[in-house]
Amino acid sequence: MKYVDEFRNSAIAKKLVHKINRLSKTIKQDIALMEVCGTHTVAMFRHGIRNILPKKIRIISGPGCPVCVTSQQDVDKAIAIAGSKDTTITTFGDMIKVPGTQSSLAQARAEGNDIRVVYSVLDALDIARKNPKRKVVHLAIGFETTVPTVAAALKRAKRLKYRNFFILCAHKIIPPALKVLLNSPRCKINGLILPGHVSTIIGARPYQFIARKFKIPGVIAGFEAIDILQAIVMLLEQIWMEKPRIDIQYTRCVHSEGNVTAQRMLTEVFKVSDVNWRGLGLIKKSGLALRNKFTDFDVQKQFSFKLPKIKKTPCRCGDVLQGIIVPVQCPLFRKSCTPSMPIGPCMVSSEGACAAYYRYHGGKK
Amino acid sequence: MNKQKIMLAHGNGGLLMQRLINRLFISNFGNKILNRLDDSAVLSLNNKGKKIAFTTDSFVVNPIFFGGGDIGKLAVCGTVNDLSMMGARPLFLSAGVIIEEGFEIKQLEEIVGSMRRTLKEAGVEIVCGDTKVVNKGACDKIFINTAGIGIIDEGVDIHSARARAKDSIIVSGPVAEHGIAILSQREGLTFKTKLKSDCAPLNSLVADMLKFSKSIHVLRDPTRGGLATALNEIAAHSNVGIEISEKDVPVRASVKGACEILGLDPLYLACEGRLVAFVAQDKAKSVLGAMRNNKYAKNATIIGQAVSRHKKEVYLDTLTGSNRILDVPVADQMPRIC
Amino acid sequence: MCLGVPVKIEKIEGNTALVSAGGIRRKIGIELTPGVKVGDYVLLHAGFAIEKINEEDAKETLALLEQMLEYTEEQNQK
Repeated sequence: MKYVDEFRNSAIAKKLVHKINRLSKTIKQDIALMEVCGTHTVAMFRHGIRNILPKKIRIISGPGCPVCVTSQQDVDKAIAIAGSKDTTITTFGDMIKVPGTQSSLAQARAEGNDIRVVYSVLDALDIARKNPKRKVVHLAIGFETTVPTVAAALKRAKRLKYRNFFILCAHKIIPPALKVLLNSPRCKINGLILPGHVSTIIGARPYQFIARKFKIPGVIAGFEAIDILQAIVMLLEQIWMEKPRIDIQYTRCVHSEGNVTAQRMLTEVFKVSDVNWRGLGLIKKSGLALRNKFTDFDVQKQFSFKLPKIKKTPCRCGDVLQGIIVPVQCPLFRKSCTPSMPIGPCMVSSEGACAAYYRYHGGKK
Repeated sequence: MNKQKIMLAHGNGGLLMQRLINRLFISNFGNKILNRLDDSAVLSLNNKGKKIAFTTDSFVVNPIFFGGGDIGKLAVCGTVNDLSMMGARPLFLSAGVIIEEGFEIKQLEEIVGSMRRTLKEAGVEIVCGDTKVVNKGACDKIFINTAGIGIIDEGVDIHSARARAKDSIIVSGPVAEHGIAILSQREGLTFKTKLKSDCAPLNSLVADMLKFSKSIHVLRDPTRGGLATALNEIAAHSNVGIEISEKDVPVRASVKGACEILGLDPLYLACEGRLVAFVAQDKAKSVLGAMRNNKYAKNATIIGQAVSRHKKEVYLDTLTGSNRILDVPVADQMPRIC
Repeated sequence: MCLGVPVKIEKIEGNTALVSAGGIRRKIGIELTPGVKVGDYVLLHAGFAIEKINEEDAKETLALLEQMLEYTEEQNQK
C-alpha cells in the first residue's frame, strides 16, 4: 500500500533504532517521552517499539484515547437515550464496552436496545435516511481529527432537512488537556510525541506553548514504525541540544497552519465549552458543544433523561492517563480489571493504555 | 443462579467464550473425549485400527449471502473441514435447518443449491436432516446446523496437542478473507468492491497431505478469532512456544487495505478455507510441495516454527525487526476509528 | 485516536469521492479537502478525506532518511 509500506521498511527502522541508541548515550539522564494519541499507543505496541528502545527511554501513554476520557455521565446519557422508544444509537466500536455507572452500551444492546456500531458518522446519517420513523442518535466522541467530519455531516443533514438525526456531543480538544498535564507537578516528561492526525487538522501552532512556556520539545509524528522512530530521533536531538521547539516529522500530512477548511467547518458548527474528562476532571474550554444554528441536532436539547448517581470506583485510569503510573502499578490491573471484565475505560478501549499493556504483555509481565 | 446475561462476546471464540465453555459446558458434560476440545471428537469403537471422527457446528452468519459463498456453502465446508483437521476422510453429514417464517423460498433454494454443489465437490453426502420453521423474529432468517462423520485411517494421529519444538508452521494461503468479506458487507461498513470469502472444502488438500501423515502433527483451520487464536490454542494444548514472522504471513492487498481502513488486524480475522499445519521440520518442504499442487493451497508458505522456549506463548517478529507477543483476543474486533 | 489511511481518489461526484486502497474501493466525503483531484492521495479518517498527502514531502522524508542513514553507516565504518 502506498504511503504505508515504505514507512514500514525494516532496514530503515533498524538503522533508526541504531541512531536512537547512539543518541541516548549522549544524554546523561533517563528520558521519559509521552505519546498523547491512542493510535500511537496501539502503533507502539503493534510494531514492538518499546522492546527495541534502550532501557533509559521510557514511553508513557497520555490521555489521547477519546474513549478512555469520555465521562461516565456521557456513557450513562447514551444508555438512557438507547432505552427510549424508536431510538437507535450509533457509536464507534470501542464505546460499546465502556462501563457507565450501572451498565454499558453492550449490556444495553444485550437487553434489546438498538445500538449499532458505525465506522463513520456518514453511516449513521445513512441509517437515519433509511429509517425515517426512528430517531437516530450518534454518540459523537473524538478529538479534532473526527470533529470536522461530524461538522460536515451535520451540514449535510441541515441542507437535506433531516428531522430524525441527532448527536450526543462528547467531543474534546487536545491542547487544553496537554496544558493541564504539563502543569501537574507529578508529571515529569522530557518530550512529547504529538498526535499526527489531530495535527493534520489543527497544525503546529496550538502546541507552541509546550516549548515556550514549559520548555519541553514536541514532535508531530505519523503512525508507521518509521514515523515514530524518526520522531523519537528528532526528540532526542532536541533534548541533547536543550533547545525545545515544536517540529513536524509527519510532513507528508501536516502543515504548520493545519487544514483551514476543516478548522472553519469545525468553528461554524461547534463552540468551545467546559467539559469533564474521565480521570482528569473538569477542564475549561476543552470540549465542544453545538452552536445555536445547529441546536436541532443536539439530542440533549431534545431529550431529558434520568441519570444514575455517579459512584466512585477504585479505578486509577486518571493516573494512568496522566502518565503518573503505568498500568501494572494499578492494584486492579490483571486482578479484578481485565479486558473481559473491565472496571475502567483504559482497559476497555483497544487503544487504552491498560488494554494495550494487557494484550501485548500477555497480561503477565 | 447466575444473574449475568450472555453477551455477543461469549460467542466469538475469544477468552470470554473459552471461559463459558469451561465453566458451564465442560464442567457439566466433561469426559476424556470432549475435554480435548479438538475440531472433531475422535472415537475408537474397538480400540484398534481405524477411528471415527465426529463433529458438529451451527451456522448463524449474517449476511447469509456474501462474496464467495453463502450460509449453505459455509455449513458444508465448516463441518467437512473440522473433520479433515483431525486427518479424517469426511463421509456423511446431517443437516438441521431452522427457518424464520416469511423467509423467501427463492433464497432457500439458492442456499440448498449451493450446499448441493459443495457436497459434490467435497464428495460427501447428507444422510439425515431436520427442518423447523419458527415464528417471525424467533430466528434471523435461517440457521443451519451440520454434524459430520469421517474415518481416520490407521496410523494417522493428528490433533492439537501434538505440536513439537522445531516443527515448521505452514499456512495454506492468504488469511483473513472470510472475516473481512463478512464485515465488509454488514450495514455501515460497505466497500464498493466485493471482498470474497475464502470458504472452501479442504478435504482434498488434506488427502494430498496425508501421504506424509507421520510427519504432520497438527492441522487447524483458523476460523473464529483467526490465525492468532488458532496458534495460541495449539501452543497451549501442545505446551510449546510459537514464533512467526509478520512478513511471511500472506495477506492479499485488498484485505490489507480493508483492514487498514477499518483498524482491524488480519491475524485475528476468520478464514473458512485455509489451514495451518505443524509439520516435522525435515518433511516441511515435501509437505509444502504436495500442498502447492492442490488448487486451494497454491500459495502455501512457511510462516514460522514451534519452539521450546516461552511455552504456550506466541510471538511475532514484526516488520521493524522487533518481537512482540501475539495474544488471544478478548472480544470481537470492533472496527476502530479512534 | 485517529486512524487515518492513505487512499487514492478514483472518481469525484460533488461532495463524494470513490477511493481505493490496496484494490478495494469505498465512497467517502471530501468537503474537508476542497480542490483534490482524481489521482491524488488523501488521508482517510472516519469516512472523510481530512488532508491531501503531499507526495513531495513523503519522498523527501524517505530520501532524507536514506541519506542520514548512509552517513551513519559511513561514520560507523570509520
